[in-house]
Amino acid sequence: MLQVSGLQVSYGAIAALRGISFTIPEGAIVTLIGGNGAGKTTTLRTISGLLRAKTGKVEFLGEDITALPAHQIVARGLSHVPEGRMVFSNLTVEENLSMGAYLLSDKALIAKNRDYVFSIFPRMKERLKQTAGTLSGGEQQMLAIGRALMGNPKFLMLDEPSLGIAPRLISTIFEKIVEINKNHGITILLVEQNANLALEISQQAYVLETGSIVMSGESKKLRADPQLKATYLGG
Amino acid sequence: MSEFLQQLLNGLSLGAIYALIALGYTMVYGVLRFINFAHSEVFMVGAFIGYYLGKLVPEGTLWGGLLVLAGAMIGCAILGILVERIVYRPLRGGPTINVLITAIGVSLLLQYTGQIVFGAAPRTFPPIFPAANFHLGTLTISSNQLFVIGVAVALMIGLQLIVFKTKIGTAMRAVSLNPKAAQLVGVNNNVVISFTFGLGSALAAAGGILYALNYPSIDPLMGVMPGLKAFVAAILGGIGNIPGAALGGLILGTVETFIGGSQFSTYKDAIAFAILIVILLCKPAGLLGKFTAEKV
Repeated sequence: MLQVSGLQVSYGAIAALRGISFTIPEGAIVTLIGGNGAGKTTTLRTISGLLRAKTGKVEFLGEDITALPAHQIVARGLSHVPEGRMVFSNLTVEENLSMGAYLLSDKALIAKNRDYVFSIFPRMKERLKQTAGTLSGGEQQMLAIGRALMGNPKFLMLDEPSLGIAPRLISTIFEKIVEINKNHGITILLVEQNANLALEISQQAYVLETGSIVMSGESKKLRADPQLKATYLGG
Repeated sequence: MSEFLQQLLNGLSLGAIYALIALGYTMVYGVLRFINFAHSEVFMVGAFIGYYLGKLVPEGTLWGGLLVLAGAMIGCAILGILVERIVYRPLRGGPTINVLITAIGVSLLLQYTGQIVFGAAPRTFPPIFPAANFHLGTLTISSNQLFVIGVAVALMIGLQLIVFKTKIGTAMRAVSLNPKAAQLVGVNNNVVISFTFGLGSALAAAGGILYALNYPSIDPLMGVMPGLKAFVAAILGGIGNIPGAALGGLILGTVETFIGGSQFSTYKDAIAFAILIVILLCKPAGLLGKFTAEKV
């Protein structure tokens, strides 16, 4: 579904990605793990068009999307839930959700997507008239995911959904991620610092270290890998 | 008492004009975080478009006046969109100070191009709307004042509806809050920014026409002082805040008129800035603004 080949990105003279390649098959949950500054967020931002690649190619559903502006990439069904959630803080939950459906004009479809979001995150229905900035971190994360789902994506990229969220909500959000993948057939690329959790729900994993992929394989196998255990899984 | 009411009325009609101009400053700041100093020249161009269009329609008719108003608004919307497209957009992504200085350059360019095209000598703005004076007790209300207040209120209500009830308005607010997140839901930020410039410039044009109705001597430098005051009004109300700009404009216009009618009338222009300093000392984010620390 998504094919990244030889992707290089730099901030001025500093190389953030040193030519990474990976593929994501349709229907899977794939995770990208690694420490701070490894280039995980840069990878997602380059795929979604917020950053420009120096060289390399991103193909989505067979189409080269490397040079497309961000708003045209979303239009093709690739949605990015950014790090730090980035909800529109002064807008209500309802307005945030309707912004998620910005590119859709079919009212029936928008209503259907809204019902779908409410079925996954019932709390959003209760908070409809509240401004997004007043929600808790976990609720904002639900809203950010819900907003992305409003646009009918085929492929969802989640950047650190566990960041800054109450521990008891983290497992709820991860359950919902699996549910979105299973019941709605949305392919997912998950970026996480919490490697244990990410490997648990994904089928495949890539490990990123200072801008290069240093390890990849089935998530199950990686969980048992002694080297990975020592570095990322807390022994 | 009647003198007070008379001055209040004069002040509100001047303030309504400041408010219209201030809205353009504040909206552009909202989406791009910079002050478009060329905005006051858009106001001037609006008055001149009105001047030339006014010659094409019969004087003193309501439909003629509204036609001139609409024409100037459309003309200036196009001017504002072009300035952003040609001058500001290539500089986007760079330091804000670059755009800010460029905006001052555009402002001077428009002023002096105006002197070549329109001539430096003041012109008399035609009375495009029907003129009459109404007496309410001892109060004298001119039809021009009624038009100014009526048109300004109608435009501000219209703006409020656009910003809060339409899709493009919600997109404007979204871009203003978080341009990256707006792109990620599929908003083409360039379209929203162009729309914002067009909308703000159209309001400035309306301000230019209304100003010229009350002060019918127009020249290419006429935008400088009202533009500066409207900028103060936008800061006063809280830059980036739409109701704040309207409130700031009304306060400034009213205070200026009252000072102008008192023994301190010489200071009436200085007062605007004195108010600004006092407000910013007490409330750094302006009356309705929220203070947010700039990340460095």
